[in-house]
Amino acid sequence: MKKESGIFSADQLKLDVSKEADRIGVFMREGVFKQLKRKGVVVGLSGGIDSSAVAALSVHALGADRVVGIFMPESDSSDDSLRLGQLLANKLGIRTFKEDISGILQGAECYRRRDEAIKAVVPQYHAGYKSKLVLSSLDSSEFRISYVVVQDPEGKQTKVRLTADAFLALVAATNFKQRTRKMMEYYYADRFLYAVGGTPNRLEYDQGFFVKNGDGSADIKPIAHLYKSQVYQIARFLEVPEEILNRPPTTDTYSLAQSQEEFYFSLPYDKMDLCLYAKDRQIPAETVAVAAGLTAAQVDRVYRDIDAKRAVARYLHMEPLLIEAVGDVGTPS
Amino acid sequence: MSSIETELRKYILDKLLFGRTEVALSGDASFLESGIIDSTGVLELVSFLEEQFQVKVEDEDLIPANLDSINAIVRYVEKKRK
Repeated sequence: MKKESGIFSADQLKLDVSKEADRIGVFMREGVFKQLKRKGVVVGLSGGIDSSAVAALSVHALGADRVVGIFMPESDSSDDSLRLGQLLANKLGIRTFKEDISGILQGAECYRRRDEAIKAVVPQYHAGYKSKLVLSSLDSSEFRISYVVVQDPEGKQTKVRLTADAFLALVAATNFKQRTRKMMEYYYADRFLYAVGGTPNRLEYDQGFFVKNGDGSADIKPIAHLYKSQVYQIARFLEVPEEILNRPPTTDTYSLAQSQEEFYFSLPYDKMDLCLYAKDRQIPAETVAVAAGLTAAQVDRVYRDIDAKRAVARYLHMEPLLIEAVGDVGTPS
Repeated sequence: MSSIETELRKYILDKLLFGRTEVALSGDASFLESGIIDSTGVLELVSFLEEQFQVKVEDEDLIPANLDSINAIVRYVEKKRK
């Protein structure tokens, strides 16, 4: 990373990509072979930038013959996810498996539970509707309020505020998706004696934008220290296809297209990166505002929102609580 | 203490502080700044206010000036009930 200069700008986030890719390579070889004692890495491929970067880094570190990619589409995921995932896998030359998880999700009644949660606030909602969860914008209130947006079969959209109960029920139901995907990744990890590669970037890891025991679970997380804009830099260096680099970040969890901005971060990732980086270095809001193209008041709100999300993320990161340490469990060998 | 405040304090102690009576909450203490309420907590609080005090909390009412402290909520509920 570049040395701090007098002027704060996005340049602070510029990586020496070749050096960083090599550093991650050393970490992955050491981590997978020596610490985890596994033969390779399994990565769930969503066609998004993070999983693409992790797969490309895994190939860079271990070689294509030690990386397995899994496509896990379901009824609500976009066709692009599968197509772009395949595009990447072909480019990397890795082995892949496709598992449509819709059947498992139906078995767990994920969709029915989700629909019931939405019906509690939108009584006319039925299976012909599409839906997504959105957060109120940063400018509308310091309270971040969750809404469901539904689209009727004619295409008309309505936004309705969720009750706490409906919100929790909706999130609990859709979390089946991330947890089912992780279960499938561990199937292949067990099958080949591989490790599961996790794909959270620094924004997601720090701010708790993951499902506990879902996408938050993995054996190794090679990009958890990288800001999202740095993930793009690494991905570009490792020649991830242009179409993936240009795809707007999506959650791919709801039937209506949903950006990560409207669901969680409220800011485009490059601005969010800058705010998070600056906050951790106690850089004043006024200075960040200029670099991020925001007002100082907006940066202040983002700073407070970062703290609020960290408070919620604490539970997500917590290991199970034990009354006392048990033997030498967890002690590195 | 008004009956609104009594009910509200009972709710906060039970649902937001999980019975931690050692946390002294002054009437003007900001929920956001003290970190005792998160985004789910706000939705829970709104449901409580609507059910307990029979008021309709509109989207535009969901601002700190109305809901960020015990005193603010008491004033807000009193105003809505008029």
